[in-house]
Amino acid sequence: MNQNDFVKLITPFKDKLFRLSKRLLVSTEEAEDATQEIILKLWNNKENLDSYKNIEAFSMTVTKNYCLDQLKAKRSGNLKLVHDNYIDREPSLDNQLESRDSLNWVEKAINELPEQQKLIIQMRDIEEYEFEEIAKIMDMKETAIRVALSRARKSVKAFMLKTNDYGIKKN
Amino acid sequence: MELKKIETILEKYFQGETSISEENELKNYFSSADVAQHLEQYKPIFGYFSKAKEQEFKQTIPLQAKKRKVAWLSIAASVIVLLGISTFTYLHQPQEPNDLGTYDSPEAAFEATQIALSMLSKNVNVGIESVSYINEFQNSKELIFKTK
Repeated sequence: MNQNDFVKLITPFKDKLFRLSKRLLVSTEEAEDATQEIILKLWNNKENLDSYKNIEAFSMTVTKNYCLDQLKAKRSGNLKLVHDNYIDREPSLDNQLESRDSLNWVEKAINELPEQQKLIIQMRDIEEYEFEEIAKIMDMKETAIRVALSRARKSVKAFMLKTNDYGIKKN
Repeated sequence: MELKKIETILEKYFQGETSISEENELKNYFSSADVAQHLEQYKPIFGYFSKAKEQEFKQTIPLQAKKRKVAWLSIAASVIVLLGISTFTYLHQPQEPNDLGTYDSPEAAFEATQIALSMLSKNVNVGIESVSYINEFQNSKELIFKTK
């Protein structure tokens, strides 16, 4: 496999790897570094790559594990970064101020979720993976994925309702 | 009727029981202009999902393993430096005077050896003389204890 083949192979899903890293690591810069690191890992492992049936799912698994390791290392290093201060460099997210604001709230709601639910909601609602694929990537049963997804969606909904009604309704 | 359907799908959605196509239906509905008033609150959720999918990885794909190259270079450089230093010190070692000379005739060699050995024994004797008084202890001990 030469460089061109490899680039062709990963191009369809490299954005997905990036978005998954960003979901977990939050900051764009860290997610970019992580994605490059993961692509490099895949490239160094290119001889064995053909033996995997689904390279995309394999890459997603690698990404998931790498980012979780990163988070663990950061925590054990007793270094806590607050990523809420980072400004998203992508201006394309939305230009309208008001809707942008509510979209940011959704992002915040998802950031509040536990890591497993973050991963699942990212893969299902954003990347639109089938449950079977998610189960493979997460190494979990499909029913467990559905339960976690349902919980995640309900938490996001509750978070949104809370922020929507903030200052309007009395407790 | 349409609304009824959306409501049921939405219900299923939060139970985690929708299929991809049903979820796409929801995304389409909430991105359209006429969303029912009481469902307005879900609009940002589905709007966010669609927007989030547009993010792209814009960095270059780093296929040249830069770090590795640097590592190899530094290893090679250090090996060369070590080799350089060791050969330099090896070549510029001060020559030890190993060559002590020799004699041509056996007689001359015999004489020289005799002189050397007598010099040695003289020096050894000097050493022994200074120790000989130790015998005095033995003598006095025998005087006192009369062991014999």
